[in-house]
Amino acid sequence: MRTLDRKLLRDLVGLRGQAIAIAMVIVSGVATFVMSVSTLDSLRRTQETYYRDYRFADAFVSLKRAPEEVRSRIREIPGVDFVETRVVAAATLDIPGFPDPVRAKLVSVPDEGAPLLNGVYLRQGRMVDPRRDDEVVVSEPFAEAHRFLPGDAFAAVINGKRKTLKIAGIGLSPEHIYQISPGALFPDYKRYGVLWMARQPLATAYDMEGAFNDVALKLAPGASLPDVILRLDDLLTTYGGLGAYGRKDQVSHRYLSEEFRQLGTLATIFPVIFLGVAAFLLNIVLSRLVGTQREQIAALKAFGYANRDIGIHYAKLVALIALAGSAVGMGAGIWLGQGLSELYMDFYRFPFLNYALSPGKAATACLVSIAAALLGALQAVRRAALLPPAEAMRPEPPERFRETAIERAGLKRLLSQPGRMIARHIARRPVKSLLSVAGVALACAILMIGQFQEDAIDFMVDVEFRAAQREHLTVAFVEPTSRGAIHELRSMEGVEFAEPYRTVPVRLRSGHRTYRTTLRGIEPGARLYRLLDTGLRPIEMPSSGILLTDQLGKILGVRAGDRVTVEALEGRRPVREVPIAALVKQYVGVSGYMDLSALNRLMGEGEAISGAYLFTDRRRLPEIYRKLKEMPRVAGTAIRENEIRSFYETLGETLLVFTFINTLLAGTIAFGVVYNSARIALSERSRELASLRVLGYTRGEISYILLGELAVITLAALAPGFLIGRGLCAYIATNLASDLYRVPLILEPDTYAFAATVVLVSACVSGLLVRRRLDRLDLVAVLKMRE
Amino acid sequence: MPRTEIRNAHPADGTVFRARGLTKIYDMGEVKVHALRGVDLDLFPGELIVLLGPSGSGKSTLLNILGGLDVPSGGTVLYREMELTKATERELTEYRRQHVGFVFQFYNLIPSLTALENVAVVTDIANNPMRPEDALQLVGLSDRRDHFPAQLSGGEQQRVAIARAIAKNPAVLLCDEPTGALDYVTGIVVLEALERVNRELGTATAVITHNADIAGMADRVVHLRSGRIHEVHRNEQRKSPRELRW
Repeated sequence: MRTLDRKLLRDLVGLRGQAIAIAMVIVSGVATFVMSVSTLDSLRRTQETYYRDYRFADAFVSLKRAPEEVRSRIREIPGVDFVETRVVAAATLDIPGFPDPVRAKLVSVPDEGAPLLNGVYLRQGRMVDPRRDDEVVVSEPFAEAHRFLPGDAFAAVINGKRKTLKIAGIGLSPEHIYQISPGALFPDYKRYGVLWMARQPLATAYDMEGAFNDVALKLAPGASLPDVILRLDDLLTTYGGLGAYGRKDQVSHRYLSEEFRQLGTLATIFPVIFLGVAAFLLNIVLSRLVGTQREQIAALKAFGYANRDIGIHYAKLVALIALAGSAVGMGAGIWLGQGLSELYMDFYRFPFLNYALSPGKAATACLVSIAAALLGALQAVRRAALLPPAEAMRPEPPERFRETAIERAGLKRLLSQPGRMIARHIARRPVKSLLSVAGVALACAILMIGQFQEDAIDFMVDVEFRAAQREHLTVAFVEPTSRGAIHELRSMEGVEFAEPYRTVPVRLRSGHRTYRTTLRGIEPGARLYRLLDTGLRPIEMPSSGILLTDQLGKILGVRAGDRVTVEALEGRRPVREVPIAALVKQYVGVSGYMDLSALNRLMGEGEAISGAYLFTDRRRLPEIYRKLKEMPRVAGTAIRENEIRSFYETLGETLLVFTFINTLLAGTIAFGVVYNSARIALSERSRELASLRVLGYTRGEISYILLGELAVITLAALAPGFLIGRGLCAYIATNLASDLYRVPLILEPDTYAFAATVVLVSACVSGLLVRRRLDRLDLVAVLKMRE
Repeated sequence: MPRTEIRNAHPADGTVFRARGLTKIYDMGEVKVHALRGVDLDLFPGELIVLLGPSGSGKSTLLNILGGLDVPSGGTVLYREMELTKATERELTEYRRQHVGFVFQFYNLIPSLTALENVAVVTDIANNPMRPEDALQLVGLSDRRDHFPAQLSGGEQQRVAIARAIAKNPAVLLCDEPTGALDYVTGIVVLEALERVNRELGTATAVITHNADIAGMADRVVHLRSGRIHEVHRNEQRKSPRELRW
């Protein structure tokens, strides 16, 4: 068999251009698979270790205020293993040299010892000293954004009192792997931070001495979370409990889980496309190879090689290409996976990352790609193995051609002889032509996926922040305040107008389905905070009834006209049945909306407001910030434009990297398909083309015949490519939709243009490579050769 | 593409080709193969010559050089007033396009084109072609015009190739073993077609063969051996292909 193996290697060298093009497609498939799977595995493993070592809680609940004694009653709930009571407070920070208002979440850590649950991983410095009342540990992304070091200080307004805080250390917590402020669309590390403070000083500053307003629980093995939640809610109702929830509703954990789900999708879609295309390419290349080697196969059989030997010989060739592709793909995948994991670390703050590719997954990648390659080549290998020697001795019979449907339809006169040759070649093997079109179309589709994310994000930002929420600033009060407070804001210099809002934490219920969210009351005719109907047109706030985000309607299984039960989780905790007036479109989060007065009536309260939206003279913003920071009632301020800008800064680089990789991958497919088709067409037709050269055709004219076919295939692939791309984007959008956010299916003309351009450029490059070979066509040698 | 004009006037002595001192050396790495070792040859209008010789005698190399497919290592070839040995690639393409008709041993038809279209593929690009239908009629294939090569016998395919070669009204027809892949009866039919074209259109024709019996139909027979012209003899009376036997 050794001589046969030598032939194999020489065949491979002869086919190197095509073999490399196919291997590149396999490389892309294996690389995307290894990249996504290894990143996913690494993040999961890291998450698991982190959760375990830093005791991430199983259940959480916030409440208004409960005396510390309640702790032991929580402990007695069956199934509860540990209970950690905490004080959690909102604060506004005043950071030297940074004029924008900064919001912070202050979380207490026990005065003695480390937290039982949700431990703090110290990156720098030390934990807080409980004997000092001004020390904090700040979250790492926040510290990085402001270049804080232990020893630095800033001012904070807690519960209306101004206080200087010193940084003792910089840390991380499993509770805030994804650090995002409540209600925000994107993380903004400059304007939102998590701070840990010793329990005693924080309780003192927040009027929580001998009490707590937040609980974290660890469940005993085998305990039922729903049971514990039910009893906990029962117990804490009198203390203003806002409803307990498990890990799956914890914000940071939710985002992480969503991300894992997306990575899982990525690990399936892309490799399937790439390996499918590789299988197809191997099929056409090997079929051609077997065709040209008929006489060799016959000779080998005449010498006594068995069918099986011949089959194995060609299968080896395929396996070699797949193996080489897998090996390079593995390397590239690990490299990309490490890079991707690093990128993830910008958004998901783990203290460490255990990057690892499990040998099992690596072996899977190799085996799957080899299997796909062999499957693609199966038909050609079988044909080689079963070829009867006597038949193989004769040259392949000439291909049968017929007039194409276009010509029969009477359009024959429109086509020149070369034009007819192109049309008949395409029509002769419709399946192969269709698969080539499909391959190029998939490349086009992959390119669209990359651009789609960008288009969708731009669109979401545009709708949410330019059409719906048009305020410059959102001011939140420490607690519901009388409506009069709005006048104070309106009278500030630079504030052009202010609109009040009221938020109430609620549990919405329809049948057995429930959802915890906030109910937002806004004034009818509001200009700053507008609601959009499902067609994205602004709708008027009805004076009665509730509006729900369409996604919330889905979650609760309700439609406009149905009724939903509203259980308020603050104040007197009224429970009312309210009709649903309409569903509204919203891409981020889910909420309910009511007329401000109607909401206040439902709550049985007077004219209370929770905050206001401000529209300002932007030139006076610094002044406004300063004044707001001095107002004790103001718990926080959010600035729209800055949030958006900071998001794009963080995301910009990531998107660029993704677009680049995507373009590279899709380019590989387009190149692989067009180049291989061109090379095969060249080898099948070099004799014919050389004959035409001898008959006086120029290089340009024969190039037209050969490359014209590829141009037709490439151009024909664009429209289906756009359709498949749109379909894949729709699939991804549907797959991503959750109560956290929904990605709209938006594809800008630029996206189509970009995808088409990359495909055409790849096709042109492979066309040029083949054109070079056409120019070197040896006329004499080709004529001597018998077909 | 700019057309290079090759004047139709013959040089004073009236030759179509005038080759002098042609040599061709193939450099095969360590070995040098002398395919032609100094060949002088003239071809006159309306003449039919047969180049006869065993394989390796250099007859194909000579034909390829005359046809503008290959360039000699030394010597000159004059086609009318044009020096082929000094022509550019572009001029050679133009020369093949307008002035030479080729017939190959293995026909080299385009499988995706019908018989008629295989002829049209040449008339489309020539300056002064005959109608493709007329060319097919000349080789007696009018009734097979819409058949694809796969639907034609070997002899029919070769006659289509001859029709394709003459359809441009070439000054010279070069045939490389035109009957090499055909049986006797079919071969005669093909040779008849060639003879008829030469007689009726007056196309100067050079036929390569290793089959000495074909020599009978030529005006002149050139024997090649080891890259040299070994012998030239003139037939007093051209035989009709039907009289040939092998």
